[in-house]
Amino acid sequence: MRRVVPPIVAGVLALVLWELTVTLGRVAPFILPAPTAIWRELVAQRGNVWDAALASGANALVGLIAGSVAAILAALAASRFRTLGEVSIPFAAVVGALPIIALAPILNNMFESTSSVPRRIVTAIVVFFPVFLNTLRGLREVSPVHQELMHSYAAGGWTFARKVRLPGALPHLFTGLRQASSLAVIAAVVAEYFGGLQDGLGARITSAAAFTAYPRAWAFVAGACLLGLTFYLVTLLLERLAMPWKLA
Amino acid sequence: MTAVVVDNVTKVFNQGRSDEVTALAEVDLTVDDGEFVSLIGPSGCGKSTLLRLIADLIEPSTGTVTVADRPAAQARREQEYGIAFQQSGLFEWRTVRRNVELPLELRGIGRAERKAKAEQMLELVGLADFAGHYPGQLSGGMQQRVAIARALAVQPPLLLMDEPFGALDEMTRERLQSELLAICAKTRTSTVFVTHSISEAVFLSDRVVVMSARPGRITASIEVRLPSRDEAGRQSPVYFDKITEVRKALRG
Repeated sequence: MRRVVPPIVAGVLALVLWELTVTLGRVAPFILPAPTAIWRELVAQRGNVWDAALASGANALVGLIAGSVAAILAALAASRFRTLGEVSIPFAAVVGALPIIALAPILNNMFESTSSVPRRIVTAIVVFFPVFLNTLRGLREVSPVHQELMHSYAAGGWTFARKVRLPGALPHLFTGLRQASSLAVIAAVVAEYFGGLQDGLGARITSAAAFTAYPRAWAFVAGACLLGLTFYLVTLLLERLAMPWKLA
Repeated sequence: MTAVVVDNVTKVFNQGRSDEVTALAEVDLTVDDGEFVSLIGPSGCGKSTLLRLIADLIEPSTGTVTVADRPAAQARREQEYGIAFQQSGLFEWRTVRRNVELPLELRGIGRAERKAKAEQMLELVGLADFAGHYPGQLSGGMQQRVAIARALAVQPPLLLMDEPFGALDEMTRERLQSELLAICAKTRTSTVFVTHSISEAVFLSDRVVVMSARPGRITASIEVRLPSRDEAGRQSPVYFDKITEVRKALRG
């Protein structure tokens, strides 16, 4: 309770403050609509928000899974071959720092306008780097005792990777996945700003804003927030399930 | 059959470089079947290096190491020894039972047999009730007992131990010493035990091998014949005589 109550109280207070600022300060809705106005739109548009969130959520999920699987395999390879690891870390750090989302318009031109593939590719690339870097760090952190022990058991490189490196890297892997889960939703939503198939939350936000329907635009933004939160919480739950020894 | 033969072994680290260190020079050591031998000496005397040479975790620069009448490398591959270190080195993501099962798993032993053997070993170290726990839930002494159970799981003829009780408090330490002796007697295991505690070495061993540093060599080999290895043994005049003898040997 102690961990849950304070942030909820703070959140409610912030909403009240927001509402009061907007109504008492006569802030124009195109600058900032009141939370109650956004809520009304969210309720009115719940069908549309839900459909758009499903579309964006599917893109984010496919990208997240594809990017993570590729990242884990790449990290395994990089930890297995020393030189590959040494080359790949600075390279991945630099590429990961680039605005990958900017690739979206180029990818959109490479595929048909009815294809969901470009958004998913952008998401997968965005997801790749945090997962790769964190997993690789985890895979490389093997305690010397474990190393000697496995050597004494005459365990081969692959057995060693499977039984020691991989489970040992799980905490790091999930640190990467937690970052990636939020990034995946952001990438899937924002990629729509650059064209392509317009069935997700990003497209709804831009079109509502274009029609000066600001509370509606904010309702879709709220939908995107909830989607991001869902991804994050599911990842957190998976983390707990994957590492029962951390709870014990 | 002899458990271990170390024949004229020299170990030089970083050979040919400016930071070259001779860790061991011309060391000869024989451990008979069923014998309990302790290696004792100041830090840097190469006692852990000697243990790692026997375990084939490192290779000698010159000389040969024979374990169970075969080259050390072959003995390692055939899991002729079990090993335990100062840190228990348990895998935190495996339950206690699955930790003990690991060496059996790597030998390709079936699930049911693995489980039975692990439970038997945990029984031996008095941790049968903790099979389903994770290492993080156990005290340091209990973790070390799990590590010993794991070392014994393949029922190796030889047990190698590198200060396994070094990080434990005196009470736990003495209890584990008695348990270890009981286990070794029951399983007829030969043991090489690295320690820096004189009393521990004398209490446990049939023979205490004293080493000196820089370069590491064996300076004395002291036979210990305690009347009994229990509380009475710890009070006996022989015990104190041998402690004095080892101490003198360590002073050189």
